Amino acid sequence: MKLKSRVATAAALLVSLCGLSASATELVIATVNNGHMIEMQKLGKNFEQANPDIKLKWVTLEEGVLRQRVTTDIATKGGQFDVMTIGMYETPIWGKKGWLKELKTDAAYDVDDLLPAMRDGLSVDGKLFAAPFYGESSMLMYRKDLTDKAGIKFEGRPTWDQVRDAAAKINDPKNGVYGICLRGKPGWGDNMAFLSTMANSFGAQWFDMKWKPQLESKPWKDAVTFYVDLLTKYGPPGSSANSFNEILALYNEGKCGMWIDATIAASFITDPKQSKVADKVAFAQGPYSVTQKGANWLWAWALAIPAGTKNADAAQKFISWATSKDYINLVGKTNGWAHVPTGTRKSTYANAEFQKAAVFAAAEKAAIDSANPNDSTLPKSPYVGVQFAAIPEFQAIGIAVGQQMSAALAGKTTVDAALKASQAAAEREMTKGGYYK
Amino acid sequence: MARRSKYPPALIVRTLCAWAVTLLLFFPLGWLVLTAFKTELQAISVPPLLFFKPTFANFVEVQERSDYLLYAKNSVVTSVMSTLLGLAIAAPAAYSMAFFRSKRTKDILMWMLSTKMMPAVGALVPIYVLAQSAGLLDTQLALVIIFTLSNLPIMVWMLYSHFKDIPHEILEAARMDGATLWQEFRRVLLPLAVGGLASTGLLCLVLSWNEAFWSLNLSSAKAGTLATLIASYSSPEGLFWAKLSAASLMAIAPIVVFGWFSQKQLVQGLTFGAVK
Repeated sequence: MKLKSRVATAAALLVSLCGLSASATELVIATVNNGHMIEMQKLGKNFEQANPDIKLKWVTLEEGVLRQRVTTDIATKGGQFDVMTIGMYETPIWGKKGWLKELKTDAAYDVDDLLPAMRDGLSVDGKLFAAPFYGESSMLMYRKDLTDKAGIKFEGRPTWDQVRDAAAKINDPKNGVYGICLRGKPGWGDNMAFLSTMANSFGAQWFDMKWKPQLESKPWKDAVTFYVDLLTKYGPPGSSANSFNEILALYNEGKCGMWIDATIAASFITDPKQSKVADKVAFAQGPYSVTQKGANWLWAWALAIPAGTKNADAAQKFISWATSKDYINLVGKTNGWAHVPTGTRKSTYANAEFQKAAVFAAAEKAAIDSANPNDSTLPKSPYVGVQFAAIPEFQAIGIAVGQQMSAALAGKTTVDAALKASQAAAEREMTKGGYYK
Repeated sequence: MARRSKYPPALIVRTLCAWAVTLLLFFPLGWLVLTAFKTELQAISVPPLLFFKPTFANFVEVQERSDYLLYAKNSVVTSVMSTLLGLAIAAPAAYSMAFFRSKRTKDILMWMLSTKMMPAVGALVPIYVLAQSAGLLDTQLALVIIFTLSNLPIMVWMLYSHFKDIPHEILEAARMDGATLWQEFRRVLLPLAVGGLASTGLLCLVLSWNEAFWSLNLSSAKAGTLATLIASYSSPEGLFWAKLSAASLMAIAPIVVFGWFSQKQLVQGLTFGAVK
């Protein structure tokens, strides 16, 4: 009898458990393998505990694969993902096409706390289509010990000429220190992200108001000539193959005097566990030449809901949690304030504990605040975006131009020839895209 | 009179060359193994470190962060099933082409091979839509079907060349003895072609195991293979080389061990036609 009742109880328990798991909504979340995302994955248990009817399933992919994967899924209405990690480039394009659900937030979410630049970059016609999980701009990160020794002082936003002079003074290849490290690896999100900001500050733009590519204009020529000259003289060998991770390794080994790149790098190079020069780093704004407009980029990894999802409510609930003030506080309390996702909320930068833990906080906030994706070039431009133009054709154009710029840096072609080939490639894509005949 | 050396200079040079080539070929794998046991800082060290205190932390993290067993199970199921299904389709096809040749046999074989030259990405959207319409996205079945289809041209070609080397007279003798088509195929041809079948199966098993494009595109949370596990450890920003190496090592280890143990059969199978 006892055995029978035990079996019955166990069976009832099993049935109820099966029923519970069957009724739970399974949210499939696509993301990249960045530190902040991995942390979100770990802390997801807190969300599941608070929402027992929702189970989180993670799909982590390499950035390029993720982009291709979610594009295929969203374009074919595959419905494989309920929450997607997308960037500031995709959000306005996909939002306009109706591929994303508009995010509806409540008062507790405090949407006005989002940094205006981030909110603008992730909105279409004032409607928010993705919530920033972490955001970044670009800035100058330099070795204070070396600049002090050379008698150089950077204040606010230096000019490119000042940076070149500093690179010349710091450069000491015999002792394994190079004046400046910059991206050279081809790609619209690699060398062209950096080169676009540099060109912006030289007064260049990707397209004029008639969508005509401007790559053979004088500002582009000035910027690219300066870039090639600077890296050839004072950069590490093989710069045409360097991107973020390669330079991060060089910088942490103490081999770069200066580095202009994503603000997220600051948290790596100031971490004594990762960097040999953690206590020797200082920050300044991205350099400029003829204008400060568009001199530093703006990017966000954001969470969005594809229009094809069947779990929109649960997805919205998750996004509200992962991009909330409470989540940032949770990370701060769990892992320390130096590790919270930054670049998204005003309240993060107002937090005294964060200010104390992150020496780069003020410089990062200033860089993000100064970036305006709607007005990033000296001449008026028809596109949104600082280091890219938020149009579908830009990926192909950026890749083609990036290859030319990398070839010019490697000395395989001249700057003039590279820009001519870039202009031709851009014109071909824009004609194909129907912007003009 | 001077005694002749046991090791003539030509042999020494050949041996040294062989070792140099082997080391060169093995270098990427060797480097992967070394990196998997480094810390992230050691992995990016400039100049690279050859001697260091090994750590197992990367393997622990891969195990903690990902459901390795799920990915491994998916890899085993999809590669074994696609190999078996492929053999079941390719063997009769190769049989008919080898023993009932027509004017078009060569053209058909060439056409089959030409499909391997098409970039897979060109067929991605239609296949994705087909899989979605059939409700097969993120299922093992979808991967089994696509792996089978993509390996079929090679399987048919390999089996065709193995079958071709079997004398027709043996099959004709069986027919004269009253064997049906099925009996002829199963009792006479297949036993003679075991080596060929084994080598074809092994090769396709390895190809399916290593396939990444379709498993990355057609699977997400449930049916992902070890190739998708590797892809999840690459990062645009940050330190990840050591963890990526550990994940890669965990993904390739089973197939490398399998290849090591079956190399005799694999070589026997591949040289079957030549030694006959």
